Amino acid sequence: MTEQRYRHLETATERQNLRRVAIDPVTRVEGHGKVTLLLDENNRVCQARLHIVEFRGFEKFIQGRPYWEVPVLVQRLCGICPVSHLLAAAKAVDRLVGVAELTPPGEKLRRLLHYGQVLQSHALHFFHLASPDLLFGFDSEVEKRNIVALLRSDQFRDIGLEGIRLRKFGQEVIKAVIGKRIHGTGPLPGGMNKHLTSSERTHLEKDVDQVISWSQNGLDLIRRLYHANADYHQRFAVIRSHFLALVTGDGGHELYNGCLRLKGADGQILNDQICDQDYPHFIHEKVKPWTYMKFPYFAKLGPEEGWYRVGPLARLNCCDYIDSPLAEEARREFMQLDQGLPVQASLAYHWARMIEILHCAERIRELLADPDLYAGELMVSGEKRPEGIGIIEAPRGVLIHHYRVDEEGLVTKANLIVSTTHNNTAMNESVRQVAAEYLDGRELNEPLLNQIEIAIRAYDPCLSCATHAIGKMPLEVSLVDASGRTLQRLVKHGDGSLAGG
Amino acid sequence: MKFLLLGYGNPGRGDDGLGPWLVERLEQQWQEMKQGRQLITFLTAMQLQPEHVFDLEVHDRILLIDAGMGTTDPFVFEQLHPRRDDSFSSHSLSPQTLLAIYLDTLRRQPPPAFLLTVRGENFSLGVPLTPEVLERIDRARDFVCQLLRAPESDWLQQAGRYTGYA
Repeated sequence: MTEQRYRHLETATERQNLRRVAIDPVTRVEGHGKVTLLLDENNRVCQARLHIVEFRGFEKFIQGRPYWEVPVLVQRLCGICPVSHLLAAAKAVDRLVGVAELTPPGEKLRRLLHYGQVLQSHALHFFHLASPDLLFGFDSEVEKRNIVALLRSDQFRDIGLEGIRLRKFGQEVIKAVIGKRIHGTGPLPGGMNKHLTSSERTHLEKDVDQVISWSQNGLDLIRRLYHANADYHQRFAVIRSHFLALVTGDGGHELYNGCLRLKGADGQILNDQICDQDYPHFIHEKVKPWTYMKFPYFAKLGPEEGWYRVGPLARLNCCDYIDSPLAEEARREFMQLDQGLPVQASLAYHWARMIEILHCAERIRELLADPDLYAGELMVSGEKRPEGIGIIEAPRGVLIHHYRVDEEGLVTKANLIVSTTHNNTAMNESVRQVAAEYLDGRELNEPLLNQIEIAIRAYDPCLSCATHAIGKMPLEVSLVDASGRTLQRLVKHGDGSLAGG
Repeated sequence: MKFLLLGYGNPGRGDDGLGPWLVERLEQQWQEMKQGRQLITFLTAMQLQPEHVFDLEVHDRILLIDAGMGTTDPFVFEQLHPRRDDSFSSHSLSPQTLLAIYLDTLRRQPPPAFLLTVRGENFSLGVPLTPEVLERIDRARDFVCQLLRAPESDWLQQAGRYTGYA
C-alpha cells in the first residue's frame, strides 16, 4: 500500500491571507518548471505545487507527418536525450511495419546506441548538475553550485574531469552507431542502416577499460557521500511509492526491451510481464487544472493508490539482478539500504544512476567484442499495421511512444508518455515533503529554496524541449500577499548574480 | 591549420537551429567544391557543454556559430576570450565560459576562438527558419568561406567590425 502522506498540501483549504512564493524557473533541470508555495502569516506551508508552465504540443506537431520521418522528428524534443526518443519511436515504427523482433545485429546495434546514451545522460546529470550540491554542500554559496566551480577547485577538479570524459565517451559511442552525436540516423523501420566498422571498434575499445574505471570512481564517490551523511540522504524528500520498470522475462534489469513490472512499496510484485503493446489497458493519465503535465497511474489501483516512480531507482528496485558483474555487485550492496525492500529515498536516485553508468560501460565493452555488430542481416520486414507502440527505459525512466497511422502512412494520432510525466505525482509529493519538513515555519532564503530544487533534480526531470536559451533565464522568487501585492522579490540572473527588488 | 566550425542550437525551435543549419550547408558546399586543402571539422550541437573542450583541444582555430536573440545587427563576428562568469546555471554554457573551462581543465591557453552570431526572429516550436534568417545565412555563409581562406590576421581585423552590413 502506498500513500501520499503530504497530499493535504496539494490544495490549500483556506486561501485567504496566504502569501505566495514562486521558484520560477527551477534551475538545472531540462525545460521550464515552476514551484509555488502558499504560506500563512506564520510562514506555515499551506500549499506546495510543481507546475509545468510550457505546453509543448509536440504530439500535434507530429500529426500528419509520414511515420518514417517520426524517429528523426522526435529527436528535437530534447537536447539531452534525443537518442531515447529516437529509439522509442523506432520501436513503435517497427510495429507499424509489422516487425516485433529485430535481427541480432539490428538489436545489438540499437542496444549499443542506447547504452552510450544512458551513460552520457547519467554522467551529465550526476557530474554537471547534482555533484556540485553533493560535494560543496546543499547550503554552499549559490555561485559554487555548478560544474565550472567544480573544475576550478583543486580538490574536485579530477572528479569533474572524469565526469566530462565519461560523457564524451558516451557521445562517441552514439556517433559511431548513428554518425553524429545528436540527430544522427541509424534506426530504420525494421532494423538498422549500418554495422559498426573495425576502425570504430578500435576507437571505442581503446578507452572502454578506462571508462569502466572512471565509472567505478564515480560509484565510490556517491557511496562515500551517501554514507557520510546517511541520515540526511535517507530522510530528505523520502516518500513511499510503487515502482514501474521494464524487466527481462526472468526479472533481470533491462533498458531496451522487456516487459513492464510494477513493484509495490512493500516489495510485492503487483503486476509483471506486461507487454508493451498492452500498456493502454494498464496505465491511465489524470489531468489537473493547475499544470500542463498529466498524472499517470496504474489503472487497476486508481489515481490515489496507483501512482509510482520510474527511472534508475525504480529499475534497481524492480529487477532481481543485473547481467553485468560489477554493476550486480553494486546493486546487491545498494539494496541493503532498506534491508532488501525497495529503496524509497529520493536522493538514492543518484547512487542508482552511478550503478547504471557502470552497467552501461560493462555492456558496451561486452558488445564491442560481439561479431554481430560487424556483420549479418540488419533488416527484417513484415506486414504493415495501423498502430505501433514502443517502450524503452530512457535514462529518466519508462518512455512510451504510441502512434496510429492512416492508409498512406501519415500519423493520425501520437501519444508520448515521457519519463518525467510518470514521475509527476512523485515529484509533487517530494516537493510537499520538503516544504512540510524543512521549510514549514521558517523564514525563506535561497539555501532553503534550493532544498526544493534538490528534491526535484534527484528525479533528473526533463520538463520540455531544450534550447540553449534556457541557461539565460533568470530565477525569480516572489513573495505575494493575498491581494496580489508583491512584498519581496529576489532575482538570480543568468550569470549567477543576485538582485533584490 | 585545423579549423573547427561548431554550430549550436535546437533545430526544433525555429531560428534557434540556424547555427547547425549553416554548418551543415557549409560542410556540403566545402565537399562539393573539393576545397580539401584546409582541414576543417564540421560539428553541430544543441548547446555548448564542458566536454567540447576536447573538440577545441585538437584544432588550431575555432569558429562558433550561434543564433542571437535581440542581436542589434543581422550578424556579428567577434573574437572570444576566456571569462570566468557564472553563466552555467542550466544545461548550457556561454562560449566565453567554455574557454575558461579549457584554461581550468587543460591548464593552457585555448586556440584562437571566434563567434559568429546571426540574429534570429522566431524561436517557436516546430517552425522553419524565417525568410529573413535564410537571407542572413546566405550572406553569413559567404563571409565564413572568405574567412576560411584568410590568415588569422584577417580574422582579427574583421572581429568586432563585421556586422552584416559591410
